[in-house]
Amino acid sequence: MKGRAEDGATRRFATPWALRQPAPCAMAAWQGKQGARGRINQGMSAIVQFENVGLRYGLDSETLSDVSFSLHGGGFYFLTGASGAGKTSLLKLLYLAQRPSRGVIRLFGEDVVTLPRKRLPGFRRRIGVVFQDFRLVSHLSAYDNIALPLRVAGMAESEIDASVSEMLNWVGLGDRGQARPATLSGGEQQRVAIARAVIARPEILVADEPTGNVDADMARRLLTLFEALNRLGTTIVVATHDLPLIGQVQGAQMMRLDKGRLSDPTGALRYPPRPQGVAVS
Amino acid sequence: MTGADRRAAAAARHRLLPEGRVAGPMPWVIAIMMFLTVLAAASGLGLAAAVQSVGADLAGRATIQIVEANADRREELSGAAARLLRKSPDVRAVRPVDPATLADQIRPWLGQDAADGDLPIPALIDVELTPGATAAKVQRLNRVLAALSPRIRVEPHAAFLRPLGSLLTALGSLAAGIVLLMALATAAIVVLAARAAHDSHRGTIDVLHLMGATDVQIARLFQRRIGLDALFGGLLGFVTALLVIILLGTRLAATGSDLLAAISLPWTSWLILALLPIGGVLLSTLAARWTVLRSLGRLL
Ligand SMILES: Nc1ncnc2c1ncn2[C@@H]1O[C@H](COP(=O)(O)OP(=O)(O)OP(=O)(O)O)[C@@H](O)[C@H]1O
Ligand SMILES: [Mg+2]
Repeated sequence: MKGRAEDGATRRFATPWALRQPAPCAMAAWQGKQGARGRINQGMSAIVQFENVGLRYGLDSETLSDVSFSLHGGGFYFLTGASGAGKTSLLKLLYLAQRPSRGVIRLFGEDVVTLPRKRLPGFRRRIGVVFQDFRLVSHLSAYDNIALPLRVAGMAESEIDASVSEMLNWVGLGDRGQARPATLSGGEQQRVAIARAVIARPEILVADEPTGNVDADMARRLLTLFEALNRLGTTIVVATHDLPLIGQVQGAQMMRLDKGRLSDPTGALRYPPRPQGVAVS
Repeated sequence: MTGADRRAAAAARHRLLPEGRVAGPMPWVIAIMMFLTVLAAASGLGLAAAVQSVGADLAGRATIQIVEANADRREELSGAAARLLRKSPDVRAVRPVDPATLADQIRPWLGQDAADGDLPIPALIDVELTPGATAAKVQRLNRVLAALSPRIRVEPHAAFLRPLGSLLTALGSLAAGIVLLMALATAAIVVLAARAAHDSHRGTIDVLHLMGATDVQIARLFQRRIGLDALFGGLLGFVTALLVIILLGTRLAATGSDLLAAISLPWTSWLILALLPIGGVLLSTLAARWTVLRSLGRLL
């Protein structure tokens, strides 16, 4: 593991499963890649902006109303709320599985609501998603599931092999690569889903209840994984019921949905940004 | 990308849809369709070839009949007609039929008496016209010869075969229509199969879609698999139909009939038949692509 971490020339993951502080060279490789893409998602620039977003399914009343917030590149965000409050719906808007009924959504500085349909895939490739129900492809091995985003992006097979093997080790499934999802435990499936979500090094990682199906220990380990990614520059958005979990990530910010409306307990998510020192009403 | 890399990528793409046929019984239906299509096309092409070869033989020919009971008068008229014909610019060759030959030919039917001159046999002159505008030339000859005697008649050979020719043409059009309908039905089957395949792999498609796969990338998975299935079915149907055609061909040749022997396929027709399975695969691939793209277009 150590030897690999020092292999800075490769652009692979060099982060062992439980590594809290990523090797500097791996970090450099990561940031180099982000920089080469010419995107500003480090520091405090807004990577996601919602303005008065509303979502209505069919003729029902609005599931989401007047949702406004902005997320900054490199931030770690939790989204909480009662069951049925609209967390999954909000994330769906974020990972472009759904169009809002009204309002403006900006991703990476571009308005994605009015964007022509054929430009959306490019945006989706910059967002990794861990679905609440994993959505692993049942007839593909863990290896092939994890490789999917790279294949979609058209990466050469020789490069894919190195990345996927590294990734499997990273989530502690180095010897289960050829296993079908059905033969994996819930926690193992979850880790495959996470590996798949992050392998293409998305700029935003969206995770819907990623700790819903695992015990407290595994939840803690998954969170460590997200923190490692976050330190590498990925913006993390996690929807969860698990309030104690939120307290475990230092510097994380929280949004709470209440019947489709966003309350902003930390006051940090307001868009446009609220001037410093003003109390949250 | 190296060759090995490309093969690995192709294998990975292949794995994306589960092993086995994605489109259920579609390949077998396509095999049956292709079999019938090739047979219909082959009979259409065979009939067209027959019409053409028989038509080409007869189109430029006519027989002049001099129906005159008086033998001397008949001979006189025959000579005069032949002279007129030789002068006509519409006529390439003039061959008066030897009365003896004619007598020989009708003897089996009319008996020895016919040849002895008791029975008035018309004098015949075979005429070969210059190519083109046969009908107008025949009319012109008719006018010129009628002026000589009302007992001279011009019989264009094409007229004998006209009813048969139009029957053959109708059958040929029917064959072409069948080929067209088969193509439509094949496309419809493929659209249904692609829609079913799309629905049953909905989960995989959604995941790929949300990962940023383009519609074309996803459609390509299906069009490739359905194209391969169509290739399998198409070749099976094609080869079976070919065996049947060759078998029928030997049977036709065995009849020894001139008319039936004219039903033979020139190499261009074989080429057209060979294009049918290729066309089938292309049609299936395009239909699958179109169907999947249309379904994907409904997603965000
Ligand atoms: N596709 C849909 N069509 C119609 N209504 C929907 C759809 N998806 C969600 N809803 C409704 O929207 C509301 C919010 O659902 P959502 O899944 O966003 O809640 P959630 O906060 O994720 O809940 P949970 O914590 O149970 O996952 C619910 O009332 C739900 O019934
Ligand atoms: Mg939910």
